[in-house]
Amino acid sequence: MTMFTVAALALLVSLGLVLVRVIKGPTIFDRVIAGNSVGTLSVLLLAVIGYVFGRPEFIDLAITYALLNVIGTIAVLKFFRYGDLGASEDEAGS
Amino acid sequence: MGQVISLTIVLLVFWLTLSGHYTTFLITAGVISAVAIALLAYRMDISDREGHPIHLGLASITYWPWLVWQIILSALNVTRIIINPNLPISPTLTRVTMTQKTDVARVTYANSITLTPGTISVDVEGDEILVHAITSDNASDLEAGDMDRRCTRFEGKV
Amino acid sequence: MDAALYFLSWALLAGGGFFCVVGAVGILRMPDAFTRLHAASIIDTLGVGMIIAGLMVQSGLTLTTARLGIILVLVFFTSPVASHAIARSMRHRNVKPVLSEDRTGEGS
Repeated sequence: MTMFTVAALALLVSLGLVLVRVIKGPTIFDRVIAGNSVGTLSVLLLAVIGYVFGRPEFIDLAITYALLNVIGTIAVLKFFRYGDLGASEDEAGS
Repeated sequence: MGQVISLTIVLLVFWLTLSGHYTTFLITAGVISAVAIALLAYRMDISDREGHPIHLGLASITYWPWLVWQIILSALNVTRIIINPNLPISPTLTRVTMTQKTDVARVTYANSITLTPGTISVDVEGDEILVHAITSDNASDLEAGDMDRRCTRFEGKV
Repeated sequence: MDAALYFLSWALLAGGGFFCVVGAVGILRMPDAFTRLHAASIIDTLGVGMIIAGLMVQSGLTLTTARLGIILVLVFFTSPVASHAIARSMRHRNVKPVLSEDRTGEGS
């Protein structure tokens, strides 16, 4: 077992644990927190898988995921707060 | 103008890092894209001192290693709390005062608080940051103001 | 490969995997959403930092290392923004954290 396999297995275990919180999570915020962690863990998993199979091109996919992860989280939060992705802070009158 | 040149260089390096193929056509396309984006950003007034703060470059050399060290220390602390079967947490909500003047330094301070495991900046009200800490010790450490002083010094070295 | 570098990257990858599992266990064990954010930030800092550093040691001074560096910087700049956005919208939605001590003087 190489070191990459060990890291990939640890990441898979963490993904499984975090997914339990996504399913259980009593409020939507617990789900968003866990979903954000799923995003971060999949970035790492993609980078490690590139080494497991000896194909470093996977790192480009990881960069794309890292770019999209934060946008996804903030979009979900904004939609949940205002019910509309285009609303600005003042017109929604939070 | 310094910002435009520096932004062009940063974008070009980003292009070359992602591309990995160095033919004449691709490098020319990269140069054209980098210059065009830098000029567009200049016209949109987003490559100013706030959007691309090159004047903080020197100060970050001393600030970031210290921040990384703090992150490691507090991450180990939170790890010990999670592993402990009793889960010895004492969540605390507190307010800390910012002494920074510029927005960039304030963002740096608030982001440093959030990036350090154990403390999260929840909201900003005027000169104060509302902070949620996982133990009362974490809150007291932050109230002692070491990180605040370092951020102010970080801002000062223009 | 040099034996010292080999052991360094083994240690970094194993440590990073360990901290990811710890963060995930923390997200499961913590009692409310605010404290879960603290556990999630372990994954975002030490987990990401150590695994990416381990992969960087493995590939040496190549273009791959530069790309891994981009991922590292990206995650370190964006993860506090996401955490803060979550915390702030919880406060605006009036989610009350479970507190053992409140030093704000709001009595909330």
